[in-house]
Amino acid sequence: MAISSQRSSDGSRSYSLYLIPGAIGFILIVLIPQLANIGLSFTAWKGVGTPRPVGLQNYHRLLTDDQFWGSMYHTLLFIVSMTVIPVCIGLVLAALLFDYVRDQFGEWVSSFFRAGFYLPQILPVTVAGVLWGWILNPVGVINITLKAIGLDNLAQNWIGDATYALASVSLVIVWIQVGYCLVVFMAGLSRIDPSLYEAADLDGANWWSRLVTLTIPLLAPEIFVVVLTTLIAALKVFAPIFVITAGGPDNSTLVPSYLTYYHFFTTQRVGYAAAIAVVQTTLTIALAVIFLRFQSQQESKE
Amino acid sequence: MAYSVLSDGKTKAKATAAADRARRDPMRWVVLAILILLLAFTLFPFFLALLNAVKASAEYAVGGPLSIPRSIDLTAIEKFWTVSDFSRKLLNSVVISLAVSVLGVLISLFNAYAIGVGKVPGSRVILVIFLLGIMVPQESIIYPLYYMAKASGLYDTQLSVIIIFAVLQSAFGTYLLSTVLSTFPKEILEAAEMDGSTHWKTLWFVVVPVLRPTLMVLGTFFFIWTWNEFLIPLVMLVSNNNQTVSVAMGLTRGQNMSDPVLQASAAFLGIIPTVIFFLIFQRTLTRGIAAGAVK
Repeated sequence: MAISSQRSSDGSRSYSLYLIPGAIGFILIVLIPQLANIGLSFTAWKGVGTPRPVGLQNYHRLLTDDQFWGSMYHTLLFIVSMTVIPVCIGLVLAALLFDYVRDQFGEWVSSFFRAGFYLPQILPVTVAGVLWGWILNPVGVINITLKAIGLDNLAQNWIGDATYALASVSLVIVWIQVGYCLVVFMAGLSRIDPSLYEAADLDGANWWSRLVTLTIPLLAPEIFVVVLTTLIAALKVFAPIFVITAGGPDNSTLVPSYLTYYHFFTTQRVGYAAAIAVVQTTLTIALAVIFLRFQSQQESKE
Repeated sequence: MAYSVLSDGKTKAKATAAADRARRDPMRWVVLAILILLLAFTLFPFFLALLNAVKASAEYAVGGPLSIPRSIDLTAIEKFWTVSDFSRKLLNSVVISLAVSVLGVLISLFNAYAIGVGKVPGSRVILVIFLLGIMVPQESIIYPLYYMAKASGLYDTQLSVIIIFAVLQSAFGTYLLSTVLSTFPKEILEAAEMDGSTHWKTLWFVVVPVLRPTLMVLGTFFFIWTWNEFLIPLVMLVSNNNQTVSVAMGLTRGQNMSDPVLQASAAFLGIIPTVIFFLIFQRTLTRGIAAGAVK
């Protein structure tokens, strides 16, 4: 008994032993590299020898780097294809499947559609890239088909022409993202009391007014979560760019992540790349803090 | 609707209500048609990849990407399989993803046990730091990790990728499991302690059996997330023999792949594992992703 009471008295200390593997891993894999990266951002370094401290020079140079500002501008545009369009399509689809298709055609039809729209979301992005690269390239599926039906002048160099490249990549991103929004929204709808819908139905509200007055307000927490998680994801877009356009043509699809990768491993301007990564991280953390604040508010409400 | 509740009970009432609405809306076929069209657009690329992966190159040259192949020709699939050493890539992806899912779940479980059950002081802060840790872009840790891996001799080994992802993904796992564990019935834990069970035994014989379904879901997630990861494996696994499917796919662009049927075959082979996971885990995935995002 004496042993047992002693154990419970320093209970939290013996529990904290379980944090050791996770803590060591976190320190080695996340904390040290993160601090090292911040440190590197104040140096000039080619990856060999000793980094030479240069103070704020890298950040100073960022301010006038057209490639960097271009990449930030593209990030803003990718917010449209990562967040705005998928959230809108996802909302309409979720409301349709949940509030209409399920009643009209039954549960499994609605589940079937949900699963189908979700499939692109779990495909490795690189596979999506290969797939769409094959469809969009100059002698790809789209152009061959356009030529076959006599619309030769509509055929464009979808990923090789700076006019269209960004739009083409955006299309691929929308294709990937809709499923995520749809699935989260449908899960959110399932916690809503069906009697609210029945009441609205009896009041003669049509589908659209149910969507605007009922579904969207009730889904506010889910919409917030999806908007923030996809915003954070938009800041980190890398694989689709790497696979489909490599940032080109003429930097027209360049994003911060790709620019960082390029300077780390191609030009080997490690300090400069680290500075870009720090800017990106700061923006992400700002968004993440808003996100966590919101979640703890939600939890305290519950 | 009220009268049907009186006469036949709730289920019948619901069915009647649904039937009422169904009868009321002649537009339903139009809506269904639009949805089918949208779904067809979503799934069309998958269908195209299948259609052309099994097509002979000569037939593609004549009939284009939309023609139905006259016979199944697996030459291009076999060619891509051999050229990319696809069996090797599959094996690498399976080994790495499986190891990450086991190791990641284990770390998450230990962390969550200390935070959710042990209520270690400062739990909330630890959790927030963990979460911020994974939310930041991987670019901000990739170069130091690359340098450390080179210095420690772990560069270009699967072990490096396994360790990195086990740690990164355990942040989400810790978050999820400590939420679940903080509501674990106290009486059960106290009863175990009364019986003289140590923390270690309580974890394995009391907590784990109850959590098993959640641990399986988490493991599934870790597996698929790791399977899909790109940047870190791209940097860490330079030699062909160590690369994953995802990296091999990402690098096909740089290689000379002018044969469109070969491209379709590459895409097709990349799609197959995902479709298999999807068919097996569809429910887990669609339910869990929502839980992960909201909870």
